[in-house]
Amino acid sequence: MALSGVEIFKMLPKTNCKKCGHPTCLAFAMKLAQRQISIDACPDVSESAKQILGEASAPPIRPVTFGAGDKAVKMGEETVLFRHDKKFLNPAAFALEIMDTATDSEINSKVEAVATSEIDRVGQKLRIDAILVENASKDAAKFESVVKAIAAKAPEIPLILSTTDPNAAEAAVKAVADKKPILYGANESNAEAMANVAKTHKVALGVYAKGLDALAAFTEKIKGLGVSDMVMDSGARTAKEIIEDNTLIRRAATKKTFKPLGYPVINFIQRDNTMLETLLAALGITKYSSIIVISSVERWKNLALFALRQNIYTDPQVPMQVEQKIYKLGEPTPESPLLITTNFSLTYFIVLGEAENSKVPCRLAVMDTEGLSVLTSWAAGKFTASKIAQFIKDSGVENEISHRELIIPGYVALLSGSIEEKLPGWKVTVGPREANGLPVFLKARA
Amino acid sequence: MSFVVPKESYSGKVYEVSIGTEKVANFGGESMLPFLSFDGAVKNRPLIAYEIQDIPPDDWPDTVKKVYEGVSSNPVDWAKHCQDKLGAKAIALRLLGTHPDRLNTSPEDAAKTVKDVLAAVSVPLIILGSNNAEKDAMVLPAAAEAAKDKNCIIGKAQEANYKTIVAAAMANNHKLIAMSDLDINLSKQLNILITQMGFDKERLVTDPMCSALGYGLDYTYSVMERIRLAALTQNDTTMQQPLLGDVGMYVYKTKETQAPEADLPLWGSLEERAVAWEMLTASAFMIAGAEFLIMRHPRAVEALEKFIDELM
Repeated sequence: MALSGVEIFKMLPKTNCKKCGHPTCLAFAMKLAQRQISIDACPDVSESAKQILGEASAPPIRPVTFGAGDKAVKMGEETVLFRHDKKFLNPAAFALEIMDTATDSEINSKVEAVATSEIDRVGQKLRIDAILVENASKDAAKFESVVKAIAAKAPEIPLILSTTDPNAAEAAVKAVADKKPILYGANESNAEAMANVAKTHKVALGVYAKGLDALAAFTEKIKGLGVSDMVMDSGARTAKEIIEDNTLIRRAATKKTFKPLGYPVINFIQRDNTMLETLLAALGITKYSSIIVISSVERWKNLALFALRQNIYTDPQVPMQVEQKIYKLGEPTPESPLLITTNFSLTYFIVLGEAENSKVPCRLAVMDTEGLSVLTSWAAGKFTASKIAQFIKDSGVENEISHRELIIPGYVALLSGSIEEKLPGWKVTVGPREANGLPVFLKARA
Repeated sequence: MSFVVPKESYSGKVYEVSIGTEKVANFGGESMLPFLSFDGAVKNRPLIAYEIQDIPPDDWPDTVKKVYEGVSSNPVDWAKHCQDKLGAKAIALRLLGTHPDRLNTSPEDAAKTVKDVLAAVSVPLIILGSNNAEKDAMVLPAAAEAAKDKNCIIGKAQEANYKTIVAAAMANNHKLIAMSDLDINLSKQLNILITQMGFDKERLVTDPMCSALGYGLDYTYSVMERIRLAALTQNDTTMQQPLLGDVGMYVYKTKETQAPEADLPLWGSLEERAVAWEMLTASAFMIAGAEFLIMRHPRAVEALEKFIDELM
C-alpha cells in the first residue's frame, strides 16, 4: 500500500547528506511519496528499507514494454483517472489481428498495411503499433511458421502472439524471442506451462480470467510462478463491460494501490461493423486501454483514431503549440493576403479553418508566442509590435510577396500604428476580432 | 489481497430535462459518470438531434450536403425527412439565414419557419440562432414566441445577449441552452446569471462550447469531465445541467471532412473519414459527460446509436 512521506522518512538514513540531490531526507521522502523519484537515488538506505520502499514507491500500474528498438511500445505507469489531473503517459497501442489461417497474400497485405501506416500529424509520427497473431489453426507448427514469416517481413513491428496451447507458444515465442513479443493466452487451465514459456524467454505474459475477482487472483498466481510483466484481459468484450471493467481496474490500481490489478489492460474489440469497431477503439483510448486489438486498419480509420489518441494523451497543463512559420493556405500568389496570428494550437486551428473556408488563398504567419492565444500573448508581452516586425523580417516572406500589407487580429488593433513604425513601407490592416469573421472579411477583399 | 469493488457514491446528480409535447424526449437525470452503472442509476440514453437549417446547406461540405439533396432546399421537407426517413428523435433547427452575413432574414421570417417546421413534425424541436449575439437577441425571442408552449429548447444564450433570450424562453415555456467560451468558471458564472433572472436551473442545458476531433477536442473533453465531476462530487447546482455537444458545425469545418483522397492518399476514403470524424467527436464528448448531441450525418448517428446500445 502507498506510504506517506513521513512513514517513508522514518526508514531513510536521516543524515541529510544531499547525495540524492535533495536538501534533506524529508524532502526526498516527500518526492518518493509522490512517486516522482526512485529509492535508488539514495546510496545509503538499508536493503530491507529499500525492498519495502521499492514496493511502495513503484508506480501503481506496472510499466511493461514489448517489442524492441525504436518501435517498442511502453505501457502502464499511469497514476490518475482523469487527464485534467495529470497527463496520461503512455498512449494506447493499436494492434491489428492476423489469423494464422489466412492465406499468404492476405497476411502479406495486412502486414504491409501496418508497416506503411505511419502518418505525421502536428509534428508527431503516429502509426498502428503492433500485430497480434492469432493461433486460429490450433496447429503449433502452422502458428510458428506464420509468426516467423511476419517477423521476417516486418522485423521492427512489435508482436503479440495469441494462443492457449503451451506447445504452440513455446515454438513461436522461441522463434522471435529477441523481438520481445507479448505471449497472450495464459488462463486457469494452462497457467504453469504458459508462465514457464514467458519466464524462459523473458517476455511479458497476457493473462485472461473472466471478471475482476478471478483476474486479481490470477495475476497473483502468475506472479507466484515467477512472471512479473503482464497485460490483463478481464474478458470484457462489449462496450459496457469494457468501460466498467477498465474503470474499476484503473480505480483499484491508482486510488487503492491494489497491486493485483496494477498491470496494463488489453482489450479485444474486433467487430464486423467497422464504424462500430472504430467507436469501440475510441472507448479504449479514452477509458484506460493499453492495447486495443482491432480487425482492420483502413487509412481513414487510422487517421481518426490517431487524432483522438493524440488529443487525449496531450498534456493539459502545457498549451499545444505549432511550429513558427509562414503557412500557405490554398495556392497563394505573390498578391495574396498575409495574415498573422499566434502559435497556440487552438488559435491556429480555428484561424486556419476559417481562412480555409473562405477559399481565398492566403499566407498565414504563425508567430511563436510560447503557445499563448492572441490576447494572452499580447498581455504577456510576447505578441508586441517589435516582435511581430522582427518575425516578419526574419521569415523571408518579403521575398515571396509583391505587396507590403499585414492583416492583424482585431483584438490587437491598437498595435497597428506601432507595427507600421517598426516595419517601414508596410501597411497594417486590422482584421476581424474573431476568426469566424474571416471568410466574409477575406471574400470582400478578393 | 482480495478485490473490493471500488465503487463511488456521489452526493449530486444531473437534472433530467424533458422536451417536446406530442412526442417527448428525455435526457440527463443520472447520478454517476457516463455509463458506469455500478455507481448509480442510468436514467436515460444520451439524446441525438438531427441538425437542419432555415436555408440550404451551401456551406456544408459535400460529404454531408449530398445526403440531404432534394430535401434541404426547404426546412419543412428537411425536418420531415429527418423524422420520417431517418427516425430522428429530435430536430435542431438552426436559423442561420438570419445572420447579417448570410441572408439577414428578419425575426418574423424566422418565426414563420419555426411555425412551419413545428406544424410538420411531432418530435421535439431545438431552435438555434445564427450565433451572432446581437441578431440572436432579436431572432430568438420571436422564434420562442412562435413556438409558445411547445416545450422546445431555445439557444444559445451567451454572456453578451442572455437577458432577452432568457426572458423569452421563460415567457414561452421553453428550455434553454447557455453557452460560454470553453472554461468551467465562465460556464458556472453564466448559469448563475441566468438563474438569478428567475430561470429554473432544472430547465437549463449547458454548452461549454464544442470543438472537433483533432482541433481542440481535448479542451472540450476535459471541461466536460470537470463539469460532470463538480455536479456529482460537489453537488454544485450550477454544474448539474445536462451537457450539450453541438458537434456537426465544428466537425464539418475541418479539413478532414473535405479533403479528397486524391490529394491526401494517406488519409483514405473521404466519405468514411467524414463520418468517422463526426462519430468519434460525438463519442468522446458522450464519454466525457454530454447527454445531448446535435449531429448531421445519418451514418454517424446510426453508428453512435449502436454504440450507445452496447454501452447501456
